[in-house]
Amino acid sequence: MNRLFTFLSLIFIPGLLMAQEAEMADTMRSNGKIYAVVAIILVILFGLFGYLVMLDRKVSKIEKKVKV
Amino acid sequence: MKKNWWKILSIVLLTYAVLGGLLLEVPRLNIVNETIRALYFHVPMWFAMVPMFAISMVYAILYLRKLSHHSDIYSVEFANMGLVLGILGIITGMIWANYTWGTPWHGDPKQNGAAISLLVYSAYFVLRGSVQNDEQRARLSAVYNIFAFVAMVPLIFIIPRMTSSMHPGSGGNPGFNMYDLDSKMRMVFYPAVVGWNLLSVWIATVRIRLRIASEKLADQNL
Repeated sequence: MNRLFTFLSLIFIPGLLMAQEAEMADTMRSNGKIYAVVAIILVILFGLFGYLVMLDRKVSKIEKKVKV
Repeated sequence: MKKNWWKILSIVLLTYAVLGGLLLEVPRLNIVNETIRALYFHVPMWFAMVPMFAISMVYAILYLRKLSHHSDIYSVEFANMGLVLGILGIITGMIWANYTWGTPWHGDPKQNGAAISLLVYSAYFVLRGSVQNDEQRARLSAVYNIFAFVAMVPLIFIIPRMTSSMHPGSGGNPGFNMYDLDSKMRMVFYPAVVGWNLLSVWIATVRIRLRIASEKLADQNL
């Protein structure tokens, strides 16, 4: 009986391991902490966008002054 | 506002790329695991760099045909933007490689080719810095610019595909097969590429306008 169990487990365990999915950050997603990461990245991105828009406007003002 | 619709589009697309890139479903693969999402940020750097260098080369050719000073400014600033994207691409690639290949610099043909082409483009700026005369600098660097783009094509697109490489899309494989990019990932990847291209053109044009305006200002003060 014991030997049969060992035999069966030797056959099935590798199969079970193969069927297991690749490890992903599922816990982080399920408890919602991923939204903190998304929020932080978006704040940085929009800070840079805002800076670029201001730079663009400043150049437009200089262009008007020198009449390019 | 009407002229600037593409700037708003780039902001919208990049916001979507961050939201979709971090929150939407991705294939569950071993070794890469969750880092597969880096594809949405690392690959668009290269997909924006190549068009920037291409635009730069087009203006270099235009300069050689018409010898107009503005074409030279366009050519330099697009090359500048391309180099920034290339450096960001190589750094993000090294971070990603450290987790998936086990070492930041694997000496992979794709990595080496990218590094060499960035060095070739760095030499473009060294060349510009070493010539005093404006017209000579513009003419020499325009000729070199064409050479740099032509050198980049085999280094990034051909050699890595002829040899074996760990980088996806290399070693004889076409760029995107079903294992590299499934249709769900394309929904985020392509908008990200377009968004980064538009943002790069935006940054480059702001710098071009500033340069042209400040030269005009210097002329008026004379």
